[in-house]
Amino acid sequence: MRFKYLVAMLASAGLLSGNAQAQTEIQWWHSMAGKLGDKVGEIAQKFNASQSEYKVVPVFKGQYDESMTAAIAAYRSGNPPGILQVYEVGTAQMMAAKGPIKPVYQMMAEQHEKFDPKAYLSAVSGYYSDTKGNMLSMPFNSSTQVLYVNKDAFKKAGLDPSNPPKTWPDMEKAAVKLKDSGSACAYTTGWQSWVQLESFSAWHNVPFATKQNGFGGPDTRLEFNGPLQVRHIQNLGDWAKKGLFIYAGRKDEPLGKFMTGECAMITTSSGSYANIKANAKFEFGVSTLPYYPDVKGAPQNTIIGGATLWVMTQKDPKIYAGIAKFFTFLSSPAIQVDWHESTGYVPITLAAYEETKKSGFYEKNPGFDVAINELTNKVPTPNSKGLRLGNFVQIRNVIDEELEAVWGGKKSAKEALDTAVKRGNELLEKFQKANK
Amino acid sequence: MEKRALFRSRWLPYALVLPQILISLVFFFWPAIQALYWSVLLQDAFAAKTQFVWFDNFTALFSDDTYFASFKVTAMFSVLVAAIGLSVSLLLAVLADRVVRGATLYKTLLIWPYAVAPAVAGILWLFLLSPAIGVGTYALRRFGVDWNYYVNADQALLLIVIAAIWKQISYNFLFFLAGLQSIPYSLVEAAAIDGAGPVRRFWTIVFPLLSPTAFFLLVVNIVYAFFDTFAIVDATTQGGPAGATQILVFKVYEDGFKALDLGGSAAQSVVLMVVVVALTVVQFRWVERKVQY
Repeated sequence: MRFKYLVAMLASAGLLSGNAQAQTEIQWWHSMAGKLGDKVGEIAQKFNASQSEYKVVPVFKGQYDESMTAAIAAYRSGNPPGILQVYEVGTAQMMAAKGPIKPVYQMMAEQHEKFDPKAYLSAVSGYYSDTKGNMLSMPFNSSTQVLYVNKDAFKKAGLDPSNPPKTWPDMEKAAVKLKDSGSACAYTTGWQSWVQLESFSAWHNVPFATKQNGFGGPDTRLEFNGPLQVRHIQNLGDWAKKGLFIYAGRKDEPLGKFMTGECAMITTSSGSYANIKANAKFEFGVSTLPYYPDVKGAPQNTIIGGATLWVMTQKDPKIYAGIAKFFTFLSSPAIQVDWHESTGYVPITLAAYEETKKSGFYEKNPGFDVAINELTNKVPTPNSKGLRLGNFVQIRNVIDEELEAVWGGKKSAKEALDTAVKRGNELLEKFQKANK
Repeated sequence: MEKRALFRSRWLPYALVLPQILISLVFFFWPAIQALYWSVLLQDAFAAKTQFVWFDNFTALFSDDTYFASFKVTAMFSVLVAAIGLSVSLLLAVLADRVVRGATLYKTLLIWPYAVAPAVAGILWLFLLSPAIGVGTYALRRFGVDWNYYVNADQALLLIVIAAIWKQISYNFLFFLAGLQSIPYSLVEAAAIDGAGPVRRFWTIVFPLLSPTAFFLLVVNIVYAFFDTFAIVDATTQGGPAGATQILVFKVYEDGFKALDLGGSAAQSVVLMVVVVALTVVQFRWVERKVQY
């Protein structure tokens, strides 16, 4: 595969074909490995075949953090890529960097390409817009949190497999039954900070940070140590003690435990659907993220994860023209529907969603639409639009560390969240100072 | 007694050490000075704005409790890696030294792990002992051991200690074996004739003669545990759970390369540098006195 990729790169760089001099080349640095990477290559190829003026060259630059570091290094040496895929936690960092970034809405207007923020799902576009509603980057791959259940394990425990628990109290009841029926691990979770605190707060319409979760300015401070979050983390901590909740890692590691059938329930990214479908040897169901029914207004809507495409400042204005055309192409329903159905990421435009729905795809793939239903459940509030925090990578590390102290029984939920907020705020202060 | 070489020409000795000096300057001193320089700066990720902040990066570090916890973890980790690693490889070397048949095979097998990069070593141990997919995890469960280093801090530390030692044993083994083979056999034989058993012979003759090697390896192993082990941590525990395996160098890597906080990361590497310089000085001052060359 490497070799094929290299050949493709050489070919697209015009080294093999030699007839590409007239074309303007646009570098697209991304972090989509494996099947997703093939899909990215396919999209670029389709665009290149659709016109002859521009050539989009996708380059895999490693994981999200690696490609971002690479782009920063490239920017410093004066040769940044045209398009850079950046994960959602890097958003504030990109926004704070005024010089290196060309805001997408501005570029589209300058190039006279049709660009209507309303065409995009507001849960998606809201995450990447400034306070005036201008989209600064181009949504690409977005996912959200869902609950997956092992239907076979449910049957064995005498639970209704077609009716997964909707609330956290029901989760506990189900977990107890699963454990009693011999399940070694009733429940686990991937991406704990993202699922159990970030989206949990949005889902219950409580703030994660001040100033509209950071949308209102860089002087935002964390406040996820509120009573509801403490209550939830304490519950999970108690479950961990009783052996109902098994902690199995910070990122995607817990998914393995679900796919082998060891864990009966998992809350993790909707983007794992294809992976589970390919690997699980049991029947599984997809359901919405649980909530606390006594909280007023819950469930609200979940927030997204994933990445968007940022345009980096270019010397040659022709590149902007090409990128603008490419973005229009990328947002077209045909491309979006295919991307959604083949990857499991949510469709980012309403048109693509409608088209997928009409084609009957969701009936054939039950549970595939849970993610989008969660995102569009209600009109997003300042608490559920998303998060915009500087030094977010480090803040997530802090949260992971403190939560692990709860799962290990070393700290109470209150203690851990208070410390996480305090340590996180130091990082926010530092970010604010560095980007004054 | 000091050894002295005589050179006819004045510049020849300088010319001979020049390559080594150049390498040290380019690969050691220059980065070290860069680290010092960066440690007093605060910069956004894109280097658009750079501010001189005096010692803010250091004050932030030393007002952070987790940083001190990280020191403790690192101390424990390096002591364990150096102590266990040296003892095990010494034992292996002594045993291998006595093997008559198939010695080359044993030696080759023992040296093998050294060819494995730290990151690969980490992945190997991950496949063996990952709580989710590890082969060893299933075996341990059979014996009633609940192996989950994502929650259990001691297990996490144990894992990275084992992985780090496994990786370093070959190196230690090689040096110990060379040391053992350079011990004049006549001395050992003489002691044997005088009636000293194998254990006695080891402690009164072999071990003292091995001490320069052991001392050298001690320094190398401490430096290894401090600097070269981040890939193992990155591949397995990622510093968790709750900072239980957050060794200093891993935090430097995380903050610098993943979070793009160059100033904070540089400040940490300056601290790390000071610690290792201090440790090496102590080792040369105190331990070296007891070493017989």
